[in-house]
Amino acid sequence: MESTYDYDDTVKHQQQQTDLGYDPNFVPDSVKSFVVHLYRHIREKNVYEIHQMYEGSFQTLSDRMFKESPWPSVDAISQYVDQDHVFCLLYREMWFRHLYARLSPTLKQRIDSWDNYCSLFSVVLHGVVNMQLPNQWLWDMVDEFVYQFQSFCQYRAKMKNKTEQEIALLKQFDQAWNVYGVLNFLQALVEKSQIIQILDQEKEGLEQFTATDGYDYNGGSNVLKVLGYFSMVGLLRVHCLLGDYQTGLKCLLPIDISQQGVYTSVIGSHITTIYHYGFANLMLRRYTDAIREFNKILLYIYKTKQYHQKSPQYEQILKKNEQMYALLALCLSLCPQVKLVEETVNSQLREKYGEKMIRMQRHDEEAFALYDELFSYACPKFITPSPPILEEPLVNYNQDAYRLQLKLFLYEVKQQQSLAGVRTFLKVYSTISVGKLATYMEVDEPTLRTILMTYKHKTHAIDPDGKVISTADVDFFLDDDMIRVIESKPAKQYGDYFLRQIVKLEGVMTDMDRIRLE
Amino acid sequence: MGREQPQQQAQPPSQMSYTVEQLVALNPYNPDILPDLENYVNEQVSSQTYSLDANLCLLRLYQFEPERMSTQIVARILVKALMAMPAPDFSLCLFLIPERVQMEEQFKTLIILSHYLETARFRQFWDEAAKSRHIVEVVPGFEQAIQAYAIHVLSLTYQKVPRPVLAEVANSGWILEKVHGRGHQLIVLPRNEFNHPEVKKSAGESVPLDHITHVRLTYAPAMPATL
Repeated sequence: MESTYDYDDTVKHQQQQTDLGYDPNFVPDSVKSFVVHLYRHIREKNVYEIHQMYEGSFQTLSDRMFKESPWPSVDAISQYVDQDHVFCLLYREMWFRHLYARLSPTLKQRIDSWDNYCSLFSVVLHGVVNMQLPNQWLWDMVDEFVYQFQSFCQYRAKMKNKTEQEIALLKQFDQAWNVYGVLNFLQALVEKSQIIQILDQEKEGLEQFTATDGYDYNGGSNVLKVLGYFSMVGLLRVHCLLGDYQTGLKCLLPIDISQQGVYTSVIGSHITTIYHYGFANLMLRRYTDAIREFNKILLYIYKTKQYHQKSPQYEQILKKNEQMYALLALCLSLCPQVKLVEETVNSQLREKYGEKMIRMQRHDEEAFALYDELFSYACPKFITPSPPILEEPLVNYNQDAYRLQLKLFLYEVKQQQSLAGVRTFLKVYSTISVGKLATYMEVDEPTLRTILMTYKHKTHAIDPDGKVISTADVDFFLDDDMIRVIESKPAKQYGDYFLRQIVKLEGVMTDMDRIRLE
Repeated sequence: MGREQPQQQAQPPSQMSYTVEQLVALNPYNPDILPDLENYVNEQVSSQTYSLDANLCLLRLYQFEPERMSTQIVARILVKALMAMPAPDFSLCLFLIPERVQMEEQFKTLIILSHYLETARFRQFWDEAAKSRHIVEVVPGFEQAIQAYAIHVLSLTYQKVPRPVLAEVANSGWILEKVHGRGHQLIVLPRNEFNHPEVKKSAGESVPLDHITHVRLTYAPAMPATL
């Protein structure tokens, strides 16, 4: 079709074919059918069908035909979908996501993907979108957005082997994946959707959101609201990547993680939320909060992972599962509150990290190496948000952020070094004099006093309301020279037992009633 | 000596601090507010107030644009954070400060001071603080704030503390003077649930009301409810 193209276009077209090794304009029939049907389902707001196609058909086609090449370009398929602007943005988002997952994006592609997100989010923020999309898709958008930002920062920080074209492009498109842009988009989605107010009003029964899983049954769109909701998790994640754990947790506050919610409607969102929540609490020294949440989610994954075996997220689920066991091991080594951990989770933990945890309690050189190992394995991929200095000499600084967080974490571990020793003795004695304990621990008395005070300080955290909470498994107080260990009798939980028996009894009575009526 | 007024006295919020807090809450990812946040740090220092959120916001902006960082302001933020102990604010700030900045002399000193406080080495702390007056005395209320922290740790640990220990921890020669000639004396610390286990409110079980109503409703009995 020479007549429809310029000479330049033809050359470029042929060039592309040889460069890329595939033809971006070739649309196989299955793809044509895919976009036509998806487009129709979106127009008809058939969320169930959209979800089937999004989770199912897209993956199947990707596996079958696009294992090593991208999907056809958006320009090639737009003719089958009435050139619909919004559909094209959605298609492109999936296109880039596929690219990142299966192939390696070039710098130009990274920049183009950023542009696409800008357009897509702008459309949503203007409130002109009238679709209902499955939560899985909406979560994936936010998740991918943050992931591509993280990936870009990592890529950008490896300056050593950058070509001249790459450096020129970086200079030219310095707004792409700019940290301000990323954060402001997420913040804008939260604000424009008014999701925080919606969640507040829901508590008073004035709104329905969680009850409908975020879907709008009044003919409206769920897209802005749910994107706003997931953006709160997105903000938590970005702040963790920057090392600002306090603000990250603040961004998550409107979501009540002690309950089910829209965040649990998608397993990826559930895991990401709890993983980052737990990690942030670990760095904030709120060990018991982290342990509780890790325990819950690890138990949940244990029970439900078989149902996700076929899903494209399965690998990610397993990876995060392993990382959270490592984080749990870290938390428990610093704050041995084993009774907070459920039986199943505990046995899994022992299997994976039992031996290492014993060695970590010794707080010697080997122990620090283990703390280092587990932290490095399980931590998020921290980023340096500032743009590189594009002058000689070019260095790689992509590890800087991670090294800082690791260093500060190990610093904290070191400060708690003496506590393990104290714990051992406190478990054995009910009273012991400062002098005697000092002798056993081979330190002088003043040093022992500081160790005891350190123990108290480190095991008494400040909760978000400013109250002092004890996280000590074994506690004591000092009466001048005598250390008196505080007996902690585990509180007998009668209430639970009685409730269970009541339910059982009522069940039996109901059964008996039934018998009589027959 | 009794207990000094703990921490920083709250002053009525000035016009500027009200606006800055709003900025931090509504528009935190905005490079234009950097000068406001810097001024706010100085205001916190002079009026003996404190805002962790605003300071974290500023440290983040410094992270985004390192060429705009003012080490003087960062040092002040860190001193303020130290004064907020036992809260872990100092660590939270360190997480956001690049390693090469932390290698500078004044920051190394502050980190050492924090280390001494975290590990209850009060004698070493006061010695080092005396050597580094130029860093810590820039911020009024520093000594009182640290003394409050020291008392806090003591009251977690001791029912009765020997006077010399108290004096050393709280850096108050006043106490030792009074003791002179009266020999070893014990100070009784206020009772709280951490140094007096019997004071601790019973962990008590709470069975939420809705658990019980749920049980009743699920198995609505054939007989009339008699509650």
